[in-house]
Amino acid sequence: MTELLVGTKKGLFVLGGEPSAEKPFEVAVRAFPGDEVEFAIRDPRSGRYLASVTSGHYGPRVMHTMDPGGDWEQTTGLAFPEGDDWSVERIWAIRPGEADGLTYAGVAPAALFASTDGGLTWELNRALWDQPTRSSWQPGAGGLCLHSIATWPGDPARLAIGISAVGVWLSDDAGQTWRHGNTGLVPPYLPEDSQGDTIDLCVHNMHRAPLRPERLFMQFHGGVYRSDDAGETWRSIADGLPSDFGFPMVIDPADPDSAFVIPLVADTDRVTVDGRVRVFGTRNAGGTWTSLSDGLPQENAYLTILRQAFDSEGEGPEMGLYFGATSGDVFGSGDSGASWFTVRERLAPVNSVRVA
Amino acid sequence: MAIVRLRAPLKDLAGGNREITIEGASVGEILRELERLHPKITGWVLDEHGRVRRHVNIFVDGDRVREDAPVAHDATLHVLPSISGGSR
Repeated sequence: MTELLVGTKKGLFVLGGEPSAEKPFEVAVRAFPGDEVEFAIRDPRSGRYLASVTSGHYGPRVMHTMDPGGDWEQTTGLAFPEGDDWSVERIWAIRPGEADGLTYAGVAPAALFASTDGGLTWELNRALWDQPTRSSWQPGAGGLCLHSIATWPGDPARLAIGISAVGVWLSDDAGQTWRHGNTGLVPPYLPEDSQGDTIDLCVHNMHRAPLRPERLFMQFHGGVYRSDDAGETWRSIADGLPSDFGFPMVIDPADPDSAFVIPLVADTDRVTVDGRVRVFGTRNAGGTWTSLSDGLPQENAYLTILRQAFDSEGEGPEMGLYFGATSGDVFGSGDSGASWFTVRERLAPVNSVRVA
Repeated sequence: MAIVRLRAPLKDLAGGNREITIEGASVGEILRELERLHPKITGWVLDEHGRVRRHVNIFVDGDRVREDAPVAHDATLHVLPSISGGSR
């Protein structure tokens, strides 16, 4: 059985079912009713569930449990130092690291937290927080958010992170120092004569190919890119897509030449292109893209799929793909996108989807 | 001693107590003591800088106040969600 963690504007839904069109997934749990759940994962190393929950009144926090239908406890330490005039606004991403218990959280405004006990306690990464350019960092429409954390399989020292809208940051020493990794990125939302050396770079999503870790794929704010040198330089691979705008991205962990995106019209109209819900996949590193839409709505379907609302399960031709829309609909595929089925309809607006 | 009145979910974080008696000269002092007595409430009412969160209202004897307001010895302090914070 597949278990999905669906973070929504109105709570966390834990769905369970078989990847087929025969029967929708069951809603096993609805946790945090009324609160916004930005993101939730189950850490495969410990079995612990971690959820980023934002109360409209009482602020954001990461909650944890071993049983999502039972009691959740609050983690500690996810706050900025006293004396700094900043507050954590939103927790965008939680990701297991490459050492026992090592776990990362990316938050707005643009900060990285690390945990060495599997996410129970957190500590701010000061090197990124203290970047001298921070006062000039510009937020994207969703805020100044650190949303992508690409670890390097087997090497906890090497990290790449993506920030909207402050580009890619690379570290080779476990986050003690950071440098930019932006060469080749072109921000179409800036005047041409301002595009050259800006750091106002709105990364929407970034993933590393685990079998070839120097390769990264990126969905940009107007652009889809690939890096073959661990994020130092980037080249456009958007040709063949109906639009180069979108938010989420998934890769097949067994295929370093693979990436899957869900194009939206543009930043001025953030809905699926032509009223058709289509995933586009490449298996030649962006050389060509294939529309994967069999079973998805193809008429008057103007959905918005947010940054963290797309995930995969397994690998290869039988890889599962799951995504949710702000319409509250969740879709799935059990054959790497060749065919699709409806997982569940009419949930609350979906922020995130992760396979447990 | 001021009486601090809480509603869900804060009441649940304070061990199910709807009403707690706390000593303190100001709202901030009382809320920090509330956090000390019930650590699970830390970060919910006061942010990391000790300020009352934007969408939380504090009323002392009927007046809406912030963290720096003085609190009389026998005052009643209500901690309530504001109507502005539930729109997401």
